[in-house]
Amino acid sequence: MAVETHVLDDDCEALSGWGRTAPALARVRRPRGHAEAVEAVLGCGPRGAVARGLGRAYGDAAQNAGGTVLDMTGLDRILALDTTAGLVVCEAGVSLHRLMEALLPLGWFVPVTPGTRYVTVGGAIAADIHGRNHHGSGSFGRHVTALELLTADGGIRTVLPGTPLFDATTGGLGLTGVILSAALRLLPVETSLMRVETERVPDLDTLMARLTADDHAHRYSAARIDLLARGAATGRSVLTRGDHAPYDALPRHHRARRAPLAFRPVRLPAPPPHVPGGLLGRASVGLFNELWYRTAPRAATGRLQSLPAFFHPLDGVPHWNRIHGREGFLQYRFVVPYGQEETLRRIVRRIADRGCPSFPAVLKRFGAADPGWLSFPLPGWTLALDLPTGLPGLGRFLDALDEEVAGAGGRVHLAEDSRVRPETLAAMYPRLDEFRALRATLDPRSVLTSDLARRLRL
Amino acid sequence: MKDAFGAPQSLLVLGGTSEIGLATARRLIARRTRTVWLAGRPSPALTAAADSLRALGADVRTVPFDALDTASHEERLGKIFTEGDIDMVLLAFGVLGDQARDESDPVAAVRVAQTNYTGAVSAGLVCAGALQAQGHGSLVVLSSVAGERARRADFIYGSSKAGLDAFAQGLGDALHGTGVHVMVVRPGFVRSRMTAGLAEAPLATTPEAVAAAIELGLRRRSETVWVPGALRMVMAAVRHVPRPLFRRLPV
Ligand SMILES: Cc1cc2nc3c(=O)[nH]c(=O)nc-3n(C[C@H](O)[C@H](O)[C@H](O)COP(=O)(O)OP(=O)(O)OC[C@H]3O[C@@H](n4cnc5c(N)ncnc54)[C@H](O)[C@@H]3O)c2cc1C
Ligand SMILES: NC(=O)c1ccc[n+]([C@@H]2O[C@H](COP(=O)([O-])OP(=O)(O)OC[C@H]3O[C@@H](n4cnc5c(N)ncnc54)[C@H](OP(=O)(O)O)[C@@H]3O)[C@@H](O)[C@H]2O)c1
Repeated sequence: MAVETHVLDDDCEALSGWGRTAPALARVRRPRGHAEAVEAVLGCGPRGAVARGLGRAYGDAAQNAGGTVLDMTGLDRILALDTTAGLVVCEAGVSLHRLMEALLPLGWFVPVTPGTRYVTVGGAIAADIHGRNHHGSGSFGRHVTALELLTADGGIRTVLPGTPLFDATTGGLGLTGVILSAALRLLPVETSLMRVETERVPDLDTLMARLTADDHAHRYSAARIDLLARGAATGRSVLTRGDHAPYDALPRHHRARRAPLAFRPVRLPAPPPHVPGGLLGRASVGLFNELWYRTAPRAATGRLQSLPAFFHPLDGVPHWNRIHGREGFLQYRFVVPYGQEETLRRIVRRIADRGCPSFPAVLKRFGAADPGWLSFPLPGWTLALDLPTGLPGLGRFLDALDEEVAGAGGRVHLAEDSRVRPETLAAMYPRLDEFRALRATLDPRSVLTSDLARRLRL
Repeated sequence: MKDAFGAPQSLLVLGGTSEIGLATARRLIARRTRTVWLAGRPSPALTAAADSLRALGADVRTVPFDALDTASHEERLGKIFTEGDIDMVLLAFGVLGDQARDESDPVAAVRVAQTNYTGAVSAGLVCAGALQAQGHGSLVVLSSVAGERARRADFIYGSSKAGLDAFAQGLGDALHGTGVHVMVVRPGFVRSRMTAGLAEAPLATTPEAVAAAIELGLRRRSETVWVPGALRMVMAAVRHVPRPLFRRLPV
């Protein structure tokens, strides 16, 4: 075996997830149609293939060391739109951003959006993503009425909700096949503005009580917690709820009265490609969090906000993942079931005591569990925080949190994971064996595989 | 696969009885390592090393490997990679030799050079090729400060490490952008079997400290690691000491 002086050929690329950790080399194929996708899967070689969307998964879900990665962003056509029924059929590489651009002017919105709109429909299904409306609307997969799946044998199947293959595919991280297209049910909206209620909450218990009391009154709800605040202020947070503003709610002379469905996100310049690590230490993040809490309105109702400002404030800064420097960062997103509030409190206290420099973390109440076998949501509390991997002892600390989470019957979100132990995983996902069994029959040679699948022995 | 902190799940140690190698294996087993291959010359010590790691819960296998038998490397080491991905290779074999004796015994001196340099070139290339084929992994090479500037007291060993160090740096550049990471580790005086009975040098350290530095280097994807870290500055100065003065330094 000779060492090549450079990468094997022009198609080879070192890929990593949004957290920029654990890069691996893969041959990247960019199919423009079904035939090319089939060819890429059938001709992928011994290390297999996996699909990749916009690479927003934090860890190694969309990479495949030494094998093939299908960059799906070339399959980016909206194929059909039924504006009366609110149904769209599109290719898997279409981003939610693109869908918003195309559909909002017609009065339709995506059924579920994560904290960034730069994800593809394929990625949204494969990670069965959730949004701030999970308590009422469930995960993304619930709004998919059909999908086309290219399986390891090169066949293309139409997969319908309620079938095992559908439930293995939503949340299946690309390991059942390559999603080529999907039909989605949309949400009707009268304007592209949100009517928002914000309130400051002094501590975690008050926050949980507030969320439990009237989450159902709003379509979207989530809070941000300052995890650097300690003592009596532990868990101080800002609770934000919102609903799509109806046309009649717009004030008489509001600009939006003339163009209620306009969608014009602002984008700022990106940070430079090489930011030194460790800039965001405890002091600077602590200061940020302090200002953020103090400047949030004590209580405000009926404020109007644009969709991007409400859902995707970070999307305004392209490549913001560079700010943690070359060592990269990770997202710790877990859920613990209702009744396990004590575990949540303990974890929040442990993070606060440790003084991890984390920007305000997101706390949300989930609704009913989703049917996907590896879907993340279950009825309970979910908390998500970003942390630079350079924090001393972070790996061990998070392992200890995993034990608490798994012990309480909770789990971590696989699409955001880059570090959980394979042994812990089985406790978190009770349907893992079914998933493995289905894969073993559908794809006995494990043609569809990824670094995450290898790491976690999925 | 490595996790976000660079901790490997599978590890191949070339020089399976090396104290530094075993300290590193122990440390990584405590994190994520489950599969360990110990490659070395068959001996009771090698078996005992494997047992000691098994006791920590790892799945350990030994493979016969002699650095001097370069003709066998491709086959012996290649086979390991066919059994599954290796996330990290630790090139830990080496001999110190006996400078005073080796100066008058060229055959013995050549053995030091062949073990530390030629053997490493061969094993290093075989492993680099296999890592490249799998598209990921780290090759961690135990060089030494002795290679940074050859000293009167151990220039046979020092020159072999200088060659190894240059080789590993070049290999790292060759593999840049391939997903494979090469890390050169330059420890100072480490209290191990290799240095038993020798007078301690300043800034002496332990195999455990080298292991900790390796774990940190993996997370940072460092290209060069000094142990202890202070040696980086010390050696930057030592490198520029004029020869007439350096000759007389008691180092
Ligand atoms: C700022 C930010 C906020 C986020 N907020 C949320 C949130 O609120 N809720 C949430 O659930 N997630 C959230 N995420 C995670 C993100 O939504 C998911 O990781 C999503 O899968 C990313 O989509 P992508 O197109 O970038 O896919 P990638 O990251 O490229 O891939 C993700 C997974 O989907 C698979 N995949 C992609 N395309 C296909 C396809 N066509 N066929 C089959 N498999 C495919 C990949 O193999 C991989 O396993 C957030 C991420 C970021 C960066
Ligand atoms: N100790 C220090 O002060 C120090 C400082 C800087 C760098 N280093 C380097 O760090 C590495 C490990 O050192 P250590 O302190 O752990 O020493 P060690 O315990 O003596 O380990 C040396 C290893 O090399 C192996 N080896 C020697 N010749 C071999 C051959 N021909 N084929 C296969 N294996 C062979 C030995 O195996 P056997 O059991 O078969 O002999 C042993 O496993 C070495 O490369 C050394 O040069 C050490």
